[in-house]
Amino acid sequence: MLEVRNLHVQVDDKEILKGLNITVAPGEVHSIMGPNGSGKSTLAQVLAGKETYEVTEGEITFQGKDLIDLEPEERACEGIFLAFQYPVEIPGVANTYLLREALNAKREYWNEKPLKHVEFAKLAREKMRELGIDEDLLKRSVNTGFSGGEKKRNEVFQMQILEPRLSVLDETDSGLDIDALKIVANGVNSMRGTERSFIVITHYQRLLNYIVPDFVHVMVDGKIVKSGGKELAQELEEKGYAGF
Amino acid sequence: MSVDFEKLAQEEYKYGFVTDVEQEIVPKGLNEDTIRLISSKKNEPEWLLEWRLGAYERWKKMNEPRWAFLRYPKIDFNDISYYAAPKSNPRPKSLDEIDPEIKETYDKLGIPLEEQKMLAGVAVDAVFDSVSVFTTFKEKLAEEGVIFCSISEAVEEHPGLVRKYLGSVVPRGDNFYAALNSAVFTDGSFVYVPKGVRCPMELSTYFRINAENTGQFERTLIIAEEGSYVSYLEGCTAPQRDDSQLHAAVVELIAHDDATIKYSTIQNWYPGDKQGKGGIYNFVTKRGRCVGRASRISWTQVETGSAITWKYPSCVLEGDNSVGEFYSVALTNRLQQADTGTKMVHVGKNTSSTIISKGISAGEGQNIYRGLVEIGKNAEKARNYTQCDSMLIGDRCGAHTFPYIEVKNSTAHMEHEASTSKIGEDQMFYCRQRGLSAEDAVSLIVNGFCKEVFKELPFEFAVEAEKLLSVSLEGSVG
Ligand SMILES: Nc1ncnc2c1ncn2[C@@H]1O[C@H](COP(=O)(O)OP(=O)(O)OP(=O)(O)O)[C@@H](O)[C@H]1O
Ligand SMILES: [Mg+2]
Repeated sequence: MLEVRNLHVQVDDKEILKGLNITVAPGEVHSIMGPNGSGKSTLAQVLAGKETYEVTEGEITFQGKDLIDLEPEERACEGIFLAFQYPVEIPGVANTYLLREALNAKREYWNEKPLKHVEFAKLAREKMRELGIDEDLLKRSVNTGFSGGEKKRNEVFQMQILEPRLSVLDETDSGLDIDALKIVANGVNSMRGTERSFIVITHYQRLLNYIVPDFVHVMVDGKIVKSGGKELAQELEEKGYAGF
Repeated sequence: MSVDFEKLAQEEYKYGFVTDVEQEIVPKGLNEDTIRLISSKKNEPEWLLEWRLGAYERWKKMNEPRWAFLRYPKIDFNDISYYAAPKSNPRPKSLDEIDPEIKETYDKLGIPLEEQKMLAGVAVDAVFDSVSVFTTFKEKLAEEGVIFCSISEAVEEHPGLVRKYLGSVVPRGDNFYAALNSAVFTDGSFVYVPKGVRCPMELSTYFRINAENTGQFERTLIIAEEGSYVSYLEGCTAPQRDDSQLHAAVVELIAHDDATIKYSTIQNWYPGDKQGKGGIYNFVTKRGRCVGRASRISWTQVETGSAITWKYPSCVLEGDNSVGEFYSVALTNRLQQADTGTKMVHVGKNTSSTIISKGISAGEGQNIYRGLVEIGKNAEKARNYTQCDSMLIGDRCGAHTFPYIEVKNSTAHMEHEASTSKIGEDQMFYCRQRGLSAEDAVSLIVNGFCKEVFKELPFEFAVEAEKLLSVSLEGSVG
């Protein structure tokens, strides 16, 4: 599904990712953990195509396609979704409106008919109920004045609607109360399947009790320094990153 | 690989076609003879001719205002023709009498003149160059006592009203362009809503400039009697031409006790090409007087066209408890320049005004908000809320705000908020990550930015405005 090889990324002449490798097969859930500033969000943003980051070396292929030359919206339509660590506020734009436009852009990309208002509303309401999101949140402006937890839930809601092949969740668990955490985890788990993959970036082993990963990677200073199974997360929780 | 804001893919101006009709165009030049000619073509009474000539005398002594933040070549007022009208039936009684070419023009513009094809509940006065060619739903409105016709017709049919109110809000010597308009105005709309009547339809005027080398000088007068309500909308387009054309309009509104006038504009004059060639020079004086207690005048404008916009729809709040509102979206793309804003003059007690201005600059566009809030010495407990937001798309455009405040009564309550932001890279990325193209993302974000203003538009037109904004933004990102 995703193959990242020897990825070097810099911003303002400062190298942040320094030869990163990761391979994600269809159906797998990978977790990336690592100290603050190690480059986790950078990797997430680079995968999504953020233009401020310059790829100086390396390759990224997604379902056999070279990702580096694709625009962010093409990557999105190809099936990459990023749940942002800091979801952006867009005043005046209704949450549903953005989401319907997004879904229809994706459908158009795949030569599918756009979803009608009613059809979309039905779909949205279903997903909302599953995620315990207040219907009111749909009508409000995108992320504007949302609480931290509401923003994160909204990201998962969008993911559910857009049904991406590869979802990158950047600290989606941070700032969530325990109930919300379970809801978010369910949101991910209900989508798990042989064709869908996830990269879950987190600081807390706790999340991984709910979303059980196939692999855990430790990222330090722009590189994956250790990979293992889910027990690695437990180890990190106990010992910290001092050993790396 | 950053968003290329500079790649300007010049989008065709959708309304740039020319209608091929036989037109009578008076020779270029501005002098007393021109004015007499216009007046005689319209069979005007003597007092109106005198009024025009008086305006002309004043105009000759005035200088073109130079205080605006606008740059444009000197206008040669003798190189303009001041009257152009289709040769066909000048005042058709029914649709069949209208020149088919003209009818087709309005069809193409999306303003069919057949009443059954119209947006439900909207009456239209269609002004083609210097004359009104047709007004729909006149009879239906007349049943309620509402007068909706061209101003030329009003001069003939309702001379008392016209004489009483013409120039009572914008005196003929008010400013350079208002004086020019008073001297040579050709047509425009007239609305009178009698006491206690809620006008049953949206009224609208559609201004179309067609002829070359002519100016359009329309004059609109709206009177709302005690306890009445009217919502009026104007739309404007012009063909795509290499030479700039002058448009200098005057709009006067009068609201009596407890009356409300909502005046909305969707201005989409030809903006010029990407080198800045051609385009309309739009110099407009719009003012309303809230003469009655608890009267209300609300201006909503969406300005996306014109090469130059110079326009300050204003309210004079004379009646106690009267309310003035100004909601504005001004977009400048390519080489467009806009210097626009409002004046709120508080005279009566407990008067309140609201100003919400959204300026968007893209390409090399320059967008200026210029506003004055004046609280007179007797305006006890006047209130004003002003919010000016500017959004920049790319880094070759500009935005400036000049908010002036004069307070002569210490009980006034003033609130002012202002912001300037670049269209957020983060917002763009967020939308694109969800699958939207860069252009759709810009248009979505800008429309969100303008939401507070769009919601003031009559429902039927809010959607139009959103579409127009998206089209006007096309080519602002690559
Ligand atoms: N746009 C940028 N400009 C300058 N420096 C940047 C930029 N983006 C990231 N960095 C730097 O790159 C490094 C990695 O940042 P990144 O956000 O990827 O870390 P992270 O692993 O996600 O950290 P955290 O756990 O705190 O979220 C940091 O030192 C950060 O300051
Ligand atoms: Mg991070």
